[in-house]
Amino acid sequence: MHSFLGVLFDGIAYGMLLFLVSVGLSVTLGMMNFINLAHGVFAMAGGYLLVTLTGKAGIGFLAALPIVFVGTAAFSFVVERLLYRPLYRAPHLKQVLLTVGIIFVAVAAATYGWGPQQQPVVVPEAFSGQVPVFGLELSRYRLLLIGVGLAVALALVFGLERTRFGARIRASVDRQSTAEALGIHVGRVFQLTLAIGCGLAGLGGALGVNVLGLDPYFPLKTLVYFLLVVVVGGAGSVPGTLLAALLLGVADTAGKYYLPEAGAFIIYAAMVLLLLLFPSGLLGRRRLA
Amino acid sequence: MMLPPRVPAHLVGAPPYLLQLRQRERWSAAEIAFWIALVAVYFVFPKNLLFASQILISGLFALSLDLILGYAGIVTLGHAAFFGIGAYTAGLLAVHGVRDPLAGLAAAACAGAFAGRLTSFPVLRGSDLARLMITLGIGLLLYEAANRATALTGGVDGLQGVEIGPVLGLFAFDLKGRVAYAYVLGVVFVLFVLVRALMVSPYGLTLACIRENPKRAQAIGVPIGARLGNVYTFSALLAAVAGALLTQTTQFVGIDTLGFQRSADVLVMLIVGGTARLYGGFVGAAVFLIAQDRLADLNPVYWLFWLGILLIVSTLYLEGGVVGGLRHLAARVRGRR
Repeated sequence: MHSFLGVLFDGIAYGMLLFLVSVGLSVTLGMMNFINLAHGVFAMAGGYLLVTLTGKAGIGFLAALPIVFVGTAAFSFVVERLLYRPLYRAPHLKQVLLTVGIIFVAVAAATYGWGPQQQPVVVPEAFSGQVPVFGLELSRYRLLLIGVGLAVALALVFGLERTRFGARIRASVDRQSTAEALGIHVGRVFQLTLAIGCGLAGLGGALGVNVLGLDPYFPLKTLVYFLLVVVVGGAGSVPGTLLAALLLGVADTAGKYYLPEAGAFIIYAAMVLLLLLFPSGLLGRRRLA
Repeated sequence: MMLPPRVPAHLVGAPPYLLQLRQRERWSAAEIAFWIALVAVYFVFPKNLLFASQILISGLFALSLDLILGYAGIVTLGHAAFFGIGAYTAGLLAVHGVRDPLAGLAAAACAGAFAGRLTSFPVLRGSDLARLMITLGIGLLLYEAANRATALTGGVDGLQGVEIGPVLGLFAFDLKGRVAYAYVLGVVFVLFVLVRALMVSPYGLTLACIRENPKRAQAIGVPIGARLGNVYTFSALLAAVAGALLTQTTQFVGIDTLGFQRSADVLVMLIVGGTARLYGGFVGAAVFLIAQDRLADLNPVYWLFWLGILLIVSTLYLEGGVVGGLRHLAARVRGRR
């Protein structure tokens, strides 16, 4: 799999995973203007939920995924109600501190509950191994990732552009006061949007156990990647997030294949450079970012 | 009843704002007591002087963060970058033969100021979010660089073999940390006096003005870019000196001096102590390190749990940190009399 196309394929699959997890963060950062560094906690929660459901409870991999989505979405309701809501209008510093605090608590809680080691996950037969496509041996699991990523991206764009709820979200983002005057319950719209975003993060975290690994320091280790995707893509934009996720996924994978000794250096350097060139993201909403 | 402040002869009839500035400059009794208490620590806790030096160093580091975060309102997640630069500068110099501690401090200060100046340009443009990302990115970049350049920095094992000569060529560092404490206290006090003078001056007021209302600051003629740029540089210098002091008193540089955890820790210290209050960093560092010392004995992961709870509670319910709370209390007591 060292061929250029193979690296590209792996990179795109990785990028789709990044997209799944990050798109919810794009909502809190871009639309609600809330600096939510604890987003990785929801992805981690999804991962642990999947591991527990498939391992201890004996539920099938595919059957567990919807449960993970609903479970993390419900979890986000609680967190939003108790912790996020009082700080929506607070200075950014407070939001940073609160969410870093949530990360620390989550790390300790996960260590307490599951121990410090990496968690194993059993992938069903149908998604393990490789399948030949045009002479390339493609991993079935990565094809699954790409499939889910594309489906979610399409569903999000369709949902935002073509449904009544999507119109409400767009109205709430563009001008909160006018949306409220028209009878839209902006708080509830954002809460639901956040729940969907966190559910997707949980789904991404669950699918990512096989690729990203899962241990209690997951939210800290991956924090930069998710922030990166959102900030580079332009907070609040679904296509921007997808584009940035794919770019970074491919760049990171290529770096790991071709320049393993540089480690994470390349991705951090790319981030600083991209931020200097595009302070409000590639496809950013200039007003918000 | 508090006595009205004495007005010196040459200021009689001066406009009120001059008198207010004058009042800000005066050292209060509580402040003088604070520094006397730090000197007293030397005699009262002779067994804990190494730990006390750590608190002072962390306090200086938190004070440097206070300049840009508390006074100028710049949120950063990568302040450890400068701390680490100072620590490695002092360490590398000592390893390669320059053992004089003050020379090490001076070199670290220069390196920190240089790095601060260099990074101030990208940090000062853009929104809070872009700043967070860029400071985080620069911090991680440096960490990764130090991690990979094992030949120079020792990588994850840290820089070994740091030997520091006697202070001023007279006082050699001892195992009990007596010289270390006196040395750190002296350096920290000198720098604190400098910072205090700067922050009570009109210069410090313009920083607060930029933090509260950048548009108005611009309208009254405050050069915002220049102000933020040089306070950022100065803050980096102070952080680097704190890092160098840590290297010199522990005779070792670990890669964690550059880590994200250290940036987060110093943020917590400052917030717990209280921002824009000069003493917040020191009080926060003491509370933080003593709590860590007690709780980490049980289990480092549980310490992380309590640290998280501390952060959540202090952002939701604690306004102005410990120092802010004390001042509030003092004002109420005074009001009741």
